[in-house]
Amino acid sequence: MEKWSNNKAWLLVLPVFVIVAFSAIIPLMTVINYSVQDILAPGQKVFVGTEWYREMLGDYRLHEALWRQFLFSGLVLLIEMPLGILIALAMPKKGWGVSVCLVTIALPLLIPWNTIGTIWFIFTRPDIGLLGAGMNNWLGIAFDHTANPLDAWITVMMMEVWHWTPLVALLAYAGLRAIPEAYYQAARIDGASAWSTFLFIQLPKMRGVLTIAFLLRFMDSFLIYAEPFVLTGGGPGNSTTFLSIYLVKIALLQFDLGPGGAFSLIYFVIVLLFSFIFYQALQRVGKGEKV
Amino acid sequence: MARIELSEIAHSYVPRPGEESEYALKKINNVWEDGAACALLGPSGCGKTTLLNIVSGLLTPSRGRVLFDGRDVTTLRAEKRNIAQVFQFPVLYDTMSVYDNLAFPLRNRGINETRVRDRVLEIAEVLELTSFIGKRAAGLAADAKQKISLGRGLVRSDVAAILFDEPLTVIDPQLKWHLRRKLKEIHEKLKLTFIYVTHDQMEALTFADQVAVMYEGEIVQVGSPQDLFENPEHRFVGYFIGSPGMNFLECTIDGKVAHVDGADIRLDEKTAAKGLEAGGKLELGIRPMYLEVHGKPGENRVEAGVRMVEDLGSYKIVTLRLAGRTLKASLSDDQPVPEKRAWLHFPPKWTRLFADGWRIK
Repeated sequence: MEKWSNNKAWLLVLPVFVIVAFSAIIPLMTVINYSVQDILAPGQKVFVGTEWYREMLGDYRLHEALWRQFLFSGLVLLIEMPLGILIALAMPKKGWGVSVCLVTIALPLLIPWNTIGTIWFIFTRPDIGLLGAGMNNWLGIAFDHTANPLDAWITVMMMEVWHWTPLVALLAYAGLRAIPEAYYQAARIDGASAWSTFLFIQLPKMRGVLTIAFLLRFMDSFLIYAEPFVLTGGGPGNSTTFLSIYLVKIALLQFDLGPGGAFSLIYFVIVLLFSFIFYQALQRVGKGEKV
Repeated sequence: MARIELSEIAHSYVPRPGEESEYALKKINNVWEDGAACALLGPSGCGKTTLLNIVSGLLTPSRGRVLFDGRDVTTLRAEKRNIAQVFQFPVLYDTMSVYDNLAFPLRNRGINETRVRDRVLEIAEVLELTSFIGKRAAGLAADAKQKISLGRGLVRSDVAAILFDEPLTVIDPQLKWHLRRKLKEIHEKLKLTFIYVTHDQMEALTFADQVAVMYEGEIVQVGSPQDLFENPEHRFVGYFIGSPGMNFLECTIDGKVAHVDGADIRLDEKTAAKGLEAGGKLELGIRPMYLEVHGKPGENRVEAGVRMVEDLGSYKIVTLRLAGRTLKASLSDDQPVPEKRAWLHFPPKWTRLFADGWRIK
């Protein structure tokens, strides 16, 4: 058998290559193309090299949005990971309660994202929303997410936690269910406390699913758009203008395709970089090595 | 140190068991003497693991009592009993080192760190784990992992008995033998009560001084390996122990002769008389190695057809057909095997009679 005759196998890879090209490579190349040009009018463009990159990297509004984004994703992970694990631990292990819990918990995941924004917008409205009106009129606590930045943040966080903690809980639950009974029995015989059992059996055994949950929640929360856009539109002021909201403002509302393209690529690299770092770190933690 | 006594133990996984078939364990009375090496042998699903979990305290039996040295521990939780258990698959704390794994049961019981250290190093030495004591347990081979599981039991100086639930399932065949010998060695050194659950008769018979055979939720016989082989109390023991198992032939008794569909087999007088007395469904049982196969007719021989000969190297297994029933005989390598027709002799000394499954004594 000659080595060259095997090259026909490349044909089998072709369909995948075409699909990936259309779904990822071509759009990415288009964005790269925009990011190095100044498009003055259709058909009239000037090559500007790295000018847009330099401009966007120096843009203080982008810096603000970036720190806001990190704060948001950090809070999301800090709240959702432990909460999801707690919910998973509290869920029943057998009987009819399992299905009831699973369906109830999964409900927020089934709702379209902009609908979630709408639900929480109405829920927290100070005049007619159950939560908003309840806080203001019955409890006497002034709460208005359309006027007060802190209230806006609280509302966005509550919405995010309500929407996505179920994902962490479901993954953690699946990880817990996969632990063979013998581990718990051995722990009992070894006289381990509930906390030790959690620390030395449940948590290490859940490592795989929790890594996935962590990365998914980091990426998704870092890219969040629809829900805060519907809920606050980035306001009040710029207090909830996350990276994606700012990007849409530049690229679609102001139609600055060059800076928008450069911004997109910077955004993409940041997500990629952090996902990579987290993944490597989590792999090491699981193996008991120092990070 | 403890003598473990099971009194009228029955267990069901059904909340309100009615019929007998709902019981995983029917009625178990048994005593394991202090310091003995015992095996619990039986097919999958016969209740071995259930019984083991009752002894270790992971399960509370539906009925009956568990006594350690005469003290009732039936309701005592697993961590309060001085019992350790080794499971079918190595159970380790993945994130810990071998040292920390071994120290875990001691630290949980609040023992001070110098004492922990002495104890862990001592046990690691016994189990030949010293060379990788600082390594992570998760990366080791299956036999080392299983030794760590055992070590977590041995480190506790108060441990009276160690229970093994088919501990060699995941071990490579050539290491099995080594590990089994190690277990025996440890048993002799530490004089702990070892209870070893297995469905592998080879393992049970080589490991234990005393084997309890379980069948459908009951212990049908307790005895030495030799006892189980020569004097099975129940037809199941005869069938389960030995390879191939005991031959059984349904028969009727007339005087001191057993009739098996036209073939007459002479029994010893006492057995025949008791068989007549016992009634019920009577069966003749004989081990393949005691069944004599001859090439010529003779006194007390019955004619049979030779169906198949399997040569296993050091011995041969001959499949025979007697009065419409299949029998197996094992012959030594140098013994000639008759072709087509053979004459069988059932030595009365080794021919057992069973009534409704139980041996007539």
